[in-house]
Amino acid sequence: MLYKTISKDNFRKMLEGLMENNEVMGPRWRDRDAQGNKIYRFLKLNNFDELELDYTRTYSSPKNFFLPFKENLATYKLGDSDWEQDIHYTIHPRVIVGMRACDINALRKLDEVMLKSVYPNPYYSARRENTIIIGLDHEPLEDCFCRSMGADVALRGFDLFLTDIGDKYFVAIGSDTGYRILNQYDAQDVTEDDQLEFKRAKQEIESKFKTQVDVTIVPELMDLEFESEVWEKWGDKCLSCGSCAMVCPTCYCYGTEEEVDLTFTHATKSRCLYSCNLLDFAMVAGGHNFRPDSHIRLKYRYYHQFRGFVEAFNQSLCVGCNRCGVACLAGINPKDVIDDLITTEKL
Amino acid sequence: MKYLGIPLEKPKVAFFGFTGCEGCQLQIANKEETLADLLGAVEVMSFRLISSDKDDGYDIAFVEGSITTEGEVERLKKIRAQAKILVAIGACACLGGVNNLRSRFPLDETIQEVYGNHVIESGPVRKLSEVVTVDYELPGCPISKAEFEWLVRHVIVGVIPQLPQYPVCVECKQRIKTCVFDMGIMCMGPVTRAGCNAICPSNHMGCWGCRGAVDEANFESFIEILRERGFAEREIAERANFFNAFSGVDVIPQLEG
Ligand code: SF4
Ligand code: SF4
Ligand code: SF4
Ligand code: SF4
Ligand code: SF4
Repeated sequence: MLYKTISKDNFRKMLEGLMENNEVMGPRWRDRDAQGNKIYRFLKLNNFDELELDYTRTYSSPKNFFLPFKENLATYKLGDSDWEQDIHYTIHPRVIVGMRACDINALRKLDEVMLKSVYPNPYYSARRENTIIIGLDHEPLEDCFCRSMGADVALRGFDLFLTDIGDKYFVAIGSDTGYRILNQYDAQDVTEDDQLEFKRAKQEIESKFKTQVDVTIVPELMDLEFESEVWEKWGDKCLSCGSCAMVCPTCYCYGTEEEVDLTFTHATKSRCLYSCNLLDFAMVAGGHNFRPDSHIRLKYRYYHQFRGFVEAFNQSLCVGCNRCGVACLAGINPKDVIDDLITTEKL
Repeated sequence: MKYLGIPLEKPKVAFFGFTGCEGCQLQIANKEETLADLLGAVEVMSFRLISSDKDDGYDIAFVEGSITTEGEVERLKKIRAQAKILVAIGACACLGGVNNLRSRFPLDETIQEVYGNHVIESGPVRKLSEVVTVDYELPGCPISKAEFEWLVRHVIVGVIPQLPQYPVCVECKQRIKTCVFDMGIMCMGPVTRAGCNAICPSNHMGCWGCRGAVDEANFESFIEILRERGFAEREIAERANFFNAFSGVDVIPQLEG
């Protein structure tokens, strides 16, 4: 990988330049919580000052820019015996700035499913290819466990990745596009001082991780604890509300729907993200529900995140952002659930 | 009217209002962009808000409002006998709605409070399904225009309309809105059926449950969460009982007059 530095002034100019011709999204604050803290969201930026680079977390992940919660897949003009289908998946180039390492790693996991499978998803692919990603390091929050999941460092999946080293950013260049953009704004070669600063910044980040989840034996544990009462304990609390999967950067389940208009001459096919925690997730034609119990549905969400995906792709699906834990009104979070499983196994 | 070459029958529909505010009927009449398409897809036999023509030869009856008098019971039964499909529209018809709050206080006191010494006939507030068989329900206060048209399309092509079986939270999260609980506001979203596009939480108001309880809602856990978050019994009772959406759920604190 190639490294450069850019001054904060020039970084600003770079983003302002990008904003002229592209949609640029980044963390902005929208609401305040009951304690007065800012609540952030990835949103379109109208100017540089709206960007909050020292944001803590966004409650929802930026996955919706690649897998929208609801998207139109095709429109149809219906004739007497056939129809004309219209499909668009081209998008204008755009930029997301301020993405964390975990969220970038989450995209790489989605890439495995959406780009590398037998049937790649052209809608996802168009968005992925036309989105410039500028990542940013940050000090971990109390509950971040991305380090346990091996997702705290982004080595690929971005165009540029910044680490704050005082009055400039240390920049990892991840693509030709990134290189071209950066070089228009007086990027400098890395000096020895920069390297020291970078190491210091990285060590500082590393020293701040507080939450650890021991996932080494989790895939096996999931099998051993398939019948564990731990699932019922947490399942009894679960509201089957799907919030966890919605905010999660890696959950990708969806349903499709076809709708005809009131004149019966036009139709649309759309896709809507869904969640395995929802009551009718495993309901089939005829009304049989393969997973009628909420604790079983909850268990399968954890199975997919921590075991199923490992089997298929040699890595967990979870990146340890704990957004699901924050969103869950019932307080269900990977750390506590997995700790519980580990403790039960030891008993 | 044809769908992929297959001729479709235009159903004859009629709209009826009982005890309610006519807000749901207004929703339908108001949707100007698609009103012409709607009128092209169905034959309206009776709709006071659009025309005064009355004809009893209808197939689908859309019924708004709750049932509060004996006269209304009789009228509703007649509609049921005539209609092939009876659709309850709105929180009043589906749940009892806001009107039901009155049932929680002594009847004579409430009449005295509102009408003074004027004599009026009023009985217990009932949802339609307590009086007749209801084929489909379109909940909401008011109903969603889009969902109304969705139901009409289903009925015309003969597909059973299935309301979302997930709670409001899904739509709220899909709109990437801040959970109002984080702002210290109570919300019935986790136990309420989706379909309104989470309009209240999206505007920083918690949900009041106007679309009724979602299938197999986990009330035990939900009420415990409300208490843990410090909401008072009275506050919980007021919100949970507002539309009579969760009647019969014993873990929900009741409103006392
Ligand atoms: S955890 Fe559940 S919702 Fe998420 S991707 Fe897996 S099956 Fe889908
Ligand atoms: S499962 Fe939870 S912690 Fe893991 S990636 Fe999804 S939201 Fe983050
Ligand atoms: S785990 Fe929490 S967020 Fe997920 S469905 Fe259950 S209650 Fe909702
Ligand atoms: S605001 Fe209400 S509907 Fe939205 S996520 Fe929170 S509880 Fe659910
Ligand atoms: S958010 Fe709740 S109260 Fe508001 S419209 Fe939807 S169901 Fe009704």
